[in-house]
Amino acid sequence: MPSTILLFALAREKAGAQTITVDLPPSPTVGDLKAALAIACPALVPLLPTLRIAINSEYALDDHQPIPLDAELAAIPPVSGGSRPIDQEP
Amino acid sequence: MIEITPDPIDHAAITDRVRSHQAGAVCSFLGTVREMTGDRRTVALDYEAYPVMALKTLADLETEARARWPILELALVHRIGHLDLGEISVVVAVSCPHRHQAFDACRWLIDTLKEVVPIWKKEVWADGTEDWVHPRGELPRLRLPVQDATLPIQSTPDDDLIGAD
Repeated sequence: MPSTILLFALAREKAGAQTITVDLPPSPTVGDLKAALAIACPALVPLLPTLRIAINSEYALDDHQPIPLDAELAAIPPVSGGSRPIDQEP
Repeated sequence: MIEITPDPIDHAAITDRVRSHQAGAVCSFLGTVREMTGDRRTVALDYEAYPVMALKTLADLETEARARWPILELALVHRIGHLDLGEISVVVAVSCPHRHQAFDACRWLIDTLKEVVPIWKKEVWADGTEDWVHPRGELPRLRLPVQDATLPIQSTPDDDLIGAD
């Protein structure tokens, strides 16, 4: 099934688009989505190890998690403040 | 009060909004755009959010903070878009009966906000280059931190001796 994934920040810039549409197999998982992203947009491949997938505004827990029909999907690069060095505190 | 806004943040108005007659303490945190990071000079920051998820995650933070501390009023406001040096990117304001609670809740809220809320910032450096800030390339945390053994102190004798903080 065709599914659209929202892209943000570095992922959006690498892909050159705010969304990307991929073709997913029946009963897809997060792993299927990542594989489809890599095929649809090779520029995202270097980012895949650090990207999290969000399903309906919740972080997916692992690659085995199923993706429900009509879910809002997003590729989430590391957020701006996670575990930064102390000298980067505002 | 939870908000993501492209407009400048009126931190004084937000702090005033969380005041309460039941509060002995109000604690506000402002995140502001810093010029120097080590020996590199910043000229601006560009913030981007996934608004639907960011608002939901901020609401989750409020729920978790209220379960941990006796918060009376709370505000979490984050700005997005282009910010110049010194401008306010984020405000956290909380009111509690006692100051220890307000300090602890405010600190936890800003630290956790920066780890879990899908908001990204791009440094615009003075040399004309730009970088998305992805500290250490780590993944965002999957869940809010589990409540740990360092539970907040609900009140202390010292607090009770002092009418307000």
